[in-house]
Amino acid sequence: MGFQVVVFWIFSLVLIGAAVGVITTRNPVQAALWLVLAFFNSAIIWMLMEAEFLAITLVLVYVGAVMVLFLFVVMMLDVNLVPQREGFTRYLPLGGLIAATIVVQMIFLIRMRWFSAENYPAPVPRDADYSNTEELGLAIYTDYLFQFEVAAVILLVAIIAAIALTMRRRPDTKYQTPGEQVKVKKEDRLRVVSMDAEK
Amino acid sequence: MIPLSHYLTLGAILFGLSIAGIFLNRKNIIIILMSIELMLLAVNMNFVAFSYYLGDTAGQVFVFFILTVAAAEAAIGLAILVVLFRNRGTINVADLDELQG
Repeated sequence: MGFQVVVFWIFSLVLIGAAVGVITTRNPVQAALWLVLAFFNSAIIWMLMEAEFLAITLVLVYVGAVMVLFLFVVMMLDVNLVPQREGFTRYLPLGGLIAATIVVQMIFLIRMRWFSAENYPAPVPRDADYSNTEELGLAIYTDYLFQFEVAAVILLVAIIAAIALTMRRRPDTKYQTPGEQVKVKKEDRLRVVSMDAEK
Repeated sequence: MIPLSHYLTLGAILFGLSIAGIFLNRKNIIIILMSIELMLLAVNMNFVAFSYYLGDTAGQVFVFFILTVAAAEAAIGLAILVVLFRNRGTINVADLDELQG
């Protein structure tokens, strides 16, 4: 049993355990942390498949940005833990049955001879100076340039949508308007009155 | 060496677990969003596995775009969640029945 097989089994078992943790834990914060563990483990498994750039991107983008956003939102919302749990045991048989059916069907299909080791032999390991990032960059900036720009537009739309959704104006709060403050003149604030001197 | 079917089985198990997660936690919209992220991860696993065994970079490029769209989806979904909580005071799925008429 080679080193890669050992790594695959260890990290895929931890990955499945973390996925079970995500769906069964009571606390949303703990679910987010289980999901972080799942992302780390799948990054290792992607590295076994020589997808180094995507593995690092998964850790940076998902663990670094998306999961932090999740945790931030979970902590910002006052989540009442107890009533959210209701129906867990009620839906367990149906959900488990449907999930088990899907998994068994897919494994039945996967285990057929089309995906066997004879039809898909393991590729030769690349040399040490092979750069996955370079190859991916070449593909993205030449063949997939239009799709890359569409992805950029999608991210821009997401930024604008998130800001537009969450921004709010509160008419009843007091705040300063610096423009008005700068524009103010002496006559607006100071009133000179002429009156007789007091005796 | 690890055959292709091992990676595909791992993706299938992850996908099934996230479907079960959507069923079990149907009261909690945050965990539903997390299950969707897990589902996308399972699909990405299949793409990377086929890209590796077929020797084609296109699969990895596709995963790149899926990651982009998933990040946008998470950002907008969480923004909607924040607005929902601000307006309704709850994120319980059972209370969100305004469109029922």
